[in-house]
Amino acid sequence: MLLIHCPYCRMARPESEFRYGGEAHVVRPAEPANVSDADWAAFLYMRANPKGIHAERWRHVHGCGRFFNALRNTVTDQILRTYPAGTPQPALDAHAEDGR
Amino acid sequence: MADRIVGRRSVLDGLVLPARNGIVSVIEATPAARFIYRGDPGLIGDAFGIALPTTPMQARASGARAALWLGPDEWLLLAAASEATTVAAAVAGKPAALVDVGHRQVGLSVSGPRAAALLNAGCPLDLDEAEFPVGMCTRTILAKAEIVLWRTASDAFRMEIARSFAPYVVAFLVEALHGIDR
Repeated sequence: MLLIHCPYCRMARPESEFRYGGEAHVVRPAEPANVSDADWAAFLYMRANPKGIHAERWRHVHGCGRFFNALRNTVTDQILRTYPAGTPQPALDAHAEDGR
Repeated sequence: MADRIVGRRSVLDGLVLPARNGIVSVIEATPAARFIYRGDPGLIGDAFGIALPTTPMQARASGARAALWLGPDEWLLLAAASEATTVAAAVAGKPAALVDVGHRQVGLSVSGPRAAALLNAGCPLDLDEAEFPVGMCTRTILAKAEIVLWRTASDAFRMEIARSFAPYVVAFLVEALHGIDR
């Protein structure tokens, strides 16, 4: 079982208390009426799906109940860092990006 | 006749709670008034009698009243069953949410030297006292049920469970007790 550090509870908690919430930092257009159909479809449906570091939302649903963001290596399933929702994506040093 | 109709019946009535002499015992906690408070902790502070703990996963208790941190803006408030209206009045008119969950959940007291071992049959948290000291509380899971767990003493926990899950939780703990040695 993965141990995921919850930035609100400030401790590592078992994976089974969490739910995955999709890609993080997807910004909703401020004026949806002025967005073209293609751009709106891209906002709704197009996701990065990278092989490597992925910023994604998680929810500590059976804990504090809060959403937060995590940087996860999709190859190794290692969660490199978690940070509160609404904060910018932190930079990773080369060692962390290696994922090992 | 009317007095019989309004009598309160616990969801645990008729269930045999797990217990083994000197090892671990599970009993129903005294019926309590329960509220979920969402909002700025400063708004309710003095009125409830206990300042809401702002340190994650901490509970504060005084007499029958207790405030349990559940999230950055969410607390579970416990009080004697007769004090429900007093607690509700403490928040009246303030820009915060107070939801009465007194009949939604039921409290269980798990105590004894093997209480942590019994809970660990279904709870993935590290319940060693160094990791989960007295006064720590959190929402977590027990097998398939969501619970609020609060360590009230070195060998005693209070568990708050949804009443609809009570038969499941009791059956699970009865089964888990078979795996507790000593």
